[in-house]
Amino acid sequence: MLMHRYANPTRFIRIADTIFPWAGGIMVAAFVIGLYLALLTSPADYQQSEMVRIMYIHVPAAWMALFTYAFMALSSAAVLIWKHPLALLSAKAAAPIGASFTVICLATGSLWGKPMWGTWWVWDARLTSVLILLFLYLGYIALINAFDESERGGKAASLLALVGAINLPIIKYSVDWWNTLHQPASVFRLDGPAIHSDMLWPLIVMAIAFKMFLLTTLLTRVKSELTAVRVRNIQRSLNGNLV
Amino acid sequence: MKVFLALLVRDLRVAVRQSSDGVMVLSFYIIAIVLFPLGLGPNPQTLASLAPGLLCVAALLAAILSLEGLFRSDFEDGSLELMAVSPNDLAIQVFAKITAHWITTGLPLILVTPFLAFLLNLPIQALLTLMLAMALATPSLSLIGAVGASLTVGARRSSVLISVLVLPLYIPVLIFAVSAIDAVLLTYSPKPHLMLLGAIFAAAMPLCTITTTVALRQALE
Repeated sequence: MLMHRYANPTRFIRIADTIFPWAGGIMVAAFVIGLYLALLTSPADYQQSEMVRIMYIHVPAAWMALFTYAFMALSSAAVLIWKHPLALLSAKAAAPIGASFTVICLATGSLWGKPMWGTWWVWDARLTSVLILLFLYLGYIALINAFDESERGGKAASLLALVGAINLPIIKYSVDWWNTLHQPASVFRLDGPAIHSDMLWPLIVMAIAFKMFLLTTLLTRVKSELTAVRVRNIQRSLNGNLV
Repeated sequence: MKVFLALLVRDLRVAVRQSSDGVMVLSFYIIAIVLFPLGLGPNPQTLASLAPGLLCVAALLAAILSLEGLFRSDFEDGSLELMAVSPNDLAIQVFAKITAHWITTGLPLILVTPFLAFLLNLPIQALLTLMLAMALATPSLSLIGAVGASLTVGARRSSVLISVLVLPLYIPVLIFAVSAIDAVLLTYSPKPHLMLLGAIFAAAMPLCTITTTVALRQALE
């Protein structure tokens, strides 16, 4: 299988080392351009004036929270179906990053909500389902670290990630299915984006920046997980195969 | 079918002889419900408005308490391995264990609920809907909880871990159960909410059983 070619850790590390500088460079450039566009040149909203600029952090963070969970669910499927060795490490590495994106999304949303909508929090469908996403991330991290033998934790957590994937369409369509304080979809709609390109472009650039951040952090974490596995193997062989 | 019944009877017999688990769940439910009026004040209107939510949340928490022991004793004494390698379908045996779990924990909760509803001053017209909602919700709680229990069997501090894993998945059940009772209190029909509860139960029955079976096989490897 093609993907098993890339399961070789040495080959993976070589590829990761090649990609990393490019991803890092694009990330820095995208953040600089994106923040310039978002904070300085993009227009202030006619109702929200300058406060709308939180959107350029809040929305990409939300997109990345969902994307990272989808990535984790796909990796977990690869673990369970094909027992792909790197898939477990990539899912394990992605979990804290995704949880951080979710926290950023919830926190910036809360900070935006108080001056604009008058409340730090509301129990509508969108916010509640994103909070559930955060709990799923935390549950995944807890489960994967709960066992003394790491293989058990990996398989159990992969099952949990797959079971929790049902939350992703619920989050996406929550603003359509229920009456929510959170606004309906403005970008990813069947009719095309409903916001002006002056706001859309900074959003897209920030989204690219966030995605490159995920890529660089993920590559670093997977490489460190591989090193940790190597250290564990050395320790095990030093102890005469007693864990 | 014979396997299902045999395992069901065995689990019920064990539960009856060692009734601490079922009694603990029931006691927790009753104590939790009794604490709320003491904490919120005895105003009947407040209690009545909060009663649906309090009853469902307390039942949910009581159900979570019992999940850790669902597979633990069988895992520890090796019966789970015997069940897995036997020629019988592990899924059927798992379904038997989940059914036994519901009979020993969910069913007592449902039977005690009317008395606790009176403690919380729930208007009497909501009682039937309350019983129906609990009857449809508690099997789903057992099924979804079994997924959590099977993922964490053999882990340290698994009781807290189970709560973290299973609570996000319990939330839809909770929301629909409380909405059904609230609907009837506002003189709307509770049927849509009860039907959704039934749908969740119908979906959970095969899906959770299969997921639990897969998770147990992972645990036994």
